[in-house]
Amino acid sequence: MSSQPAFFRRLGRYYLIYALVFVSFVGLLAVAEQFGLSPRWIGQIFLFLTIAIYAAIGVMSRTSDVSEYYVAGRRVPALFNGMATAADWMSAASFIGLAGTLYYAGFEGLAFVTGWTGGYVLVALLLAPFLRKFGQFTIPDFLGARYEGHFARVVGVFAAVLASFVYVVAQIYGVGLITSRFIGIEFEIGVFVGLAGILVCSFLGGMRAVTWTQVAQYLILIIAYLVPVAILSYKVTGVPVPQVMYGQVLHDLGVKELELFSEPRESAVRLLYQGRADEYARKIAALPESLTTERLALVQKANDLRAQGASAREIAVAERLLRDVPRTPDEARVKWDRVRQDSLARTMHPPPHAEAHPGADQAARDNARNNFIALVFVLMIGTAALPHILTRYYTTPSVREARRSVFWSLLFIFLLYVTAPAYAVFAKWEVYSSLVGSNIETLPHWVASWGRVGLVKIDDINGDGILQLAELSINSDAILLLVPELAGLPYVVSGLVAAGGLAAALSTADGLLLTISHALSHDLYYKMINPEASTQRRLVITKSQLLVVAVVAAWVASLRPDNILFMVGLAFSIAASAFFPALVLGIFWKRANKWGAVTGMIAGMGVTLLYIVRTHPFFGGSMGDAWLDIHPISSGVFGVSVGFVVIAVVSLLTPPPPPEVQALVDYVRMPDGRGKH
Amino acid sequence: MSQNVNGSQGESDARSRAYWRATLRLTTVLLLVWASASFLPGWFADELNSVVFFGWPLGFYMAGQGSLIIFICIVWLYDRGMVRLEKRYGVKDEG
Repeated sequence: MSSQPAFFRRLGRYYLIYALVFVSFVGLLAVAEQFGLSPRWIGQIFLFLTIAIYAAIGVMSRTSDVSEYYVAGRRVPALFNGMATAADWMSAASFIGLAGTLYYAGFEGLAFVTGWTGGYVLVALLLAPFLRKFGQFTIPDFLGARYEGHFARVVGVFAAVLASFVYVVAQIYGVGLITSRFIGIEFEIGVFVGLAGILVCSFLGGMRAVTWTQVAQYLILIIAYLVPVAILSYKVTGVPVPQVMYGQVLHDLGVKELELFSEPRESAVRLLYQGRADEYARKIAALPESLTTERLALVQKANDLRAQGASAREIAVAERLLRDVPRTPDEARVKWDRVRQDSLARTMHPPPHAEAHPGADQAARDNARNNFIALVFVLMIGTAALPHILTRYYTTPSVREARRSVFWSLLFIFLLYVTAPAYAVFAKWEVYSSLVGSNIETLPHWVASWGRVGLVKIDDINGDGILQLAELSINSDAILLLVPELAGLPYVVSGLVAAGGLAAALSTADGLLLTISHALSHDLYYKMINPEASTQRRLVITKSQLLVVAVVAAWVASLRPDNILFMVGLAFSIAASAFFPALVLGIFWKRANKWGAVTGMIAGMGVTLLYIVRTHPFFGGSMGDAWLDIHPISSGVFGVSVGFVVIAVVSLLTPPPPPEVQALVDYVRMPDGRGKH
Repeated sequence: MSQNVNGSQGESDARSRAYWRATLRLTTVLLLVWASASFLPGWFADELNSVVFFGWPLGFYMAGQGSLIIFICIVWLYDRGMVRLEKRYGVKDEG
């Protein structure tokens, strides 16, 4: 092994060359597009080329050394560990979803921006340096050592697997979505392409391979995220630094919003939607007769058209309407209620983008504010408790490097999160100022092609041939991809964005998969079932677990579970309430003992899960059962508080931990070799 | 692992304790800054939004950018502070 500075320089050189090659390759594709390379080809070249790069890094980093496989040999320099953590951290949801969330939620969406960055302060101050000093392989390792034994370890394994599995399914689902929508292969095939992409990185080389691929993936995803919005910013403001310029645009957007919201035609359209909502409410109330009437009316209409000798196109439209009529009253109730809800949502104009905590009255506003604060809190604590992030800090050469590596992680993550609100504002500005109010016949080409895949819907309810804001609906995930189109950029940029999204999803999936398989093979098998296992056997077990978990996750993702993206939000609450109190008190409070930790983790996680089941419609709960009107996504607020209280109370009621555990606490607190090991 | 060769066991323990107390002080101060940057802009968003900062309503700016910059500064200051504490109390990093 070469010395650390030489190693650092060599890595720097490699990744610089890699980034330059990648950028010139994108340039080459742009030229090829001018000469007629089709978008379909561009998408597929991006997909297969980037996966080939990751595979190459994965194969080059193959290893059969336990320390290399679990913690990359503990010699990842702070800067590179920062990049790897950033890629590990930023998921498909951050990359694709965040811009759309901010577009629709305005100020309220900023809870994600603040929450997902502020958590790193807690990682830096409370966890990373101490976990690095502890220097084992997994988070349950720490719980097992600090809280004497298998009980705490098992609870840790359960929580780590639960939180990570939901999350990894969502990543693979995201890969399927990206490949099917933007590269044009089927969703199920996309899922298995994603699976292959994940396995080539992690299978042969474990943490070592995943680390070096994640650095490569970070470079691709950040380039892909920054380029389109920088160009749009240049077009709108003349300065290609969107993070600085969007303040001005936000101000202009505020003026534009007032103008649009008071426009007579907008108000007329919103009234029409109110009418439609009322009509569907009547139809739902009159079920099942209304369904029969509707079907008869459509049959009559189709027959009339045929009798009048109308054009084939008109008849086809009438027949399609007939085919789409719900078959049963139950189906009709669901379908019509969806239309009613959608129309109802369009009767009100959206809140102004910069308005904080909007609501109809003071109570609603206070409620929005409380939920905003609660969400920020949960996202921060959850960030500081996700096992796949914390284990990354085991891989640095020293405690000091672990601390600095949190700084680099946060800086690299900051680059994306500080840009996301700019995405939303620029996209909204373009939509409001150049799309809305124009003639529907002459809308840009991409509107029609996105309409075909259902990402954009235009419904000219007042038939005036002009697009009103209320008549337009854009899928939230499409906002990010809207920006290259709005800026009038060639398709190669859209392909680049898709490659970035893919990198974000794959890198996160890799980290999560390692966490799950290490928890199962290292903590469950090696530490508890068979401590005598040979190194070789441990690695075989790890790799087979990895394979099984990956295939199961891909299978679940291919079933297209509804609500999966929402459940990712729940992973934060679960991780926060299970791990954060036990980890932090384990380092900062010597008196915390085994019984306190075990009961605290179970109670915290239990309260969180109970609250989610009580309040989330997916589990049949309702917000009527909520405490303080806190939404289920922030259920961790209660779980974390309960966790801290229970650990403190139960620890004080039971005997203090033995001297060797107290010595371990002293040991992790000191960056040098002092204290016992 | 290794004993501190320069002093007795007791002296070394006292130094470790002093180092840890100083670490806790630094951590507490920075956590207070963190909590203010995290939660105050959200709580007082309306009030802050009436101030305009380079085009942004200040509440929006803080939640979308300002707090993030403060977070980066906190983590950087923590590293600087810890390096200084390690020097002052003669604690050597393992690496």
